Amino acid sequence: MKDNKYLSTFTNGLVKENPVLRLVLGTCPTLAVTTAAINGIGMGVSATLVLICSNVVISLLRNIIPDKVRIPAYITIIAGFVSVVQMLVKAFLPSIDQSLGIYLPLIVVNCIILGRAEMFASKNAPLLSALDGLGMGVGFTAVLTLMGAIRELFGAGMIFSFPITAEFIEPMVIFLLPPGGFFVFGILVAVSNALAKKAGKKPVEHLGCHNCPSRSFCQKEECVNE
Amino acid sequence: MSKLLNVASSPHMRHPDTTRGIMLDVVIALLPAAVFGCVIFGWRSAAVLAVTAASAVVFEYLWNLICKKPQTVGDLSALVTGVILGMNLPSTIPFWMAIIGSFIAIIIVKQFFGGLGHNFANPAMTARIALMVSFPAAMTKFVTPFAVDAISSATPLASLYGEATSTVSIKEAFFGLQGGCIGETSAFLLIIGGIYLVIRRIINPIIPVCFIGTVALATLFTGDNVLLAICSGGLMLGSIFMATDYTTSPTTNLGKIIFGVGCGLITFIIRQFASLPEGVSYSILLMNILVPYINRITEHKPFGYVKAKEGK
Repeated sequence: MKDNKYLSTFTNGLVKENPVLRLVLGTCPTLAVTTAAINGIGMGVSATLVLICSNVVISLLRNIIPDKVRIPAYITIIAGFVSVVQMLVKAFLPSIDQSLGIYLPLIVVNCIILGRAEMFASKNAPLLSALDGLGMGVGFTAVLTLMGAIRELFGAGMIFSFPITAEFIEPMVIFLLPPGGFFVFGILVAVSNALAKKAGKKPVEHLGCHNCPSRSFCQKEECVNE
Repeated sequence: MSKLLNVASSPHMRHPDTTRGIMLDVVIALLPAAVFGCVIFGWRSAAVLAVTAASAVVFEYLWNLICKKPQTVGDLSALVTGVILGMNLPSTIPFWMAIIGSFIAIIIVKQFFGGLGHNFANPAMTARIALMVSFPAAMTKFVTPFAVDAISSATPLASLYGEATSTVSIKEAFFGLQGGCIGETSAFLLIIGGIYLVIRRIINPIIPVCFIGTVALATLFTGDNVLLAICSGGLMLGSIFMATDYTTSPTTNLGKIIFGVGCGLITFIIRQFASLPEGVSYSILLMNILVPYINRITEHKPFGYVKAKEGK
């Protein structure tokens, strides 16, 4: 029973509540950095590291942080870990740092990380929170890599800089530009919704009162979103 | 007796116009310019037109088949999209690029957004922009009319606003003896097609007139050759056949004026100041996106309508 809970917390982020495709969180880095598969991995792994560390620390401090100032407190913790990751990437993977650019420090305001701190880490034990962070992070990385691979394949004829079709088909540059990113993203969300529908699940439309970030000051008897 | 007292819901009056009839008229209006393009650019233009038209129809057919929807190939709208797309491509374009264009037009722009009457932008034009962004070299490889080999030539537009030199006279530009996309060269034949559509009451002349008029006026102020500016590039094809698309143009007359003037201004700004040689398709796309707002601000007031007092 207990193992099951840990396992389900981990797999939750992979498929059922995949942050990008099912919760539609963190779309800004998703659209901006996925011009190549390697960028998707770089972004995904950096965000995963921050997510696990910040989830653990926030979970440890969840009874100490006063409710009223919790958002600034979370942001400070997240910003600390983002600085660590940014320095590590700058030092050891300068090429990834080059291609991620401003989106690496912007992990601070990535809504997946703040969302998981608010919805999960602030009311669960450290180990569970770490698993939740790992699951969400792997789900995020997987989608980013998939999107990066699709856009790189059609936009540059390569996957992981390894030429596939570049030699005999002229690649469609539009896939590397913002419109191509939006179209690939839209099509992936549509496919994931279709698969979820086939599996008999309804699209995630609301997260219920239990997980609602505004529940502490919400005056309504019933959720208006339901 | 029963017929006399038959009570049915609206519509009570029907018009003989059908989608099929309207689309057929559009094809007829496009034909002169398309045939002329085939004559001056050779057999390959005819092949490009055939490929885009056929692939657009096939994509529409397959989409309806796969999605188990009623078959809509018969209303000819896919054929019109295909022909207009083909007329917007240079005759040298590889066929597989033309097929990708049809795919973008029919599947992504039209069917993903709900099919005929639901698309947010003109399918053929959006496909042209996608191809232009993706394959800039292949999309601007124009040939000189009646050339034996495919020699790329500068379009008059490039010489008007850029460094390239071209020796096309106004007369040649008006009748279509210039480099360019298959169907956009002959202003004369496109205007004839437009007049046919206006007489058949298929399109309203407000949008093309405002569009071309704005470009002409703006060019007049900068001192460039006005006639050459309006007879070259995709202005005639775009303003007559693409800006007037029912779904993506405003419904009110005032809205049509705003739409036409907006298209003209953006076209002029792109031609004059941007690094792109031609801005007609981008201007129509940008204005397409604004159409719901234009419709809202130019809404007709119902008769006897009194504005509600504020604060109540």
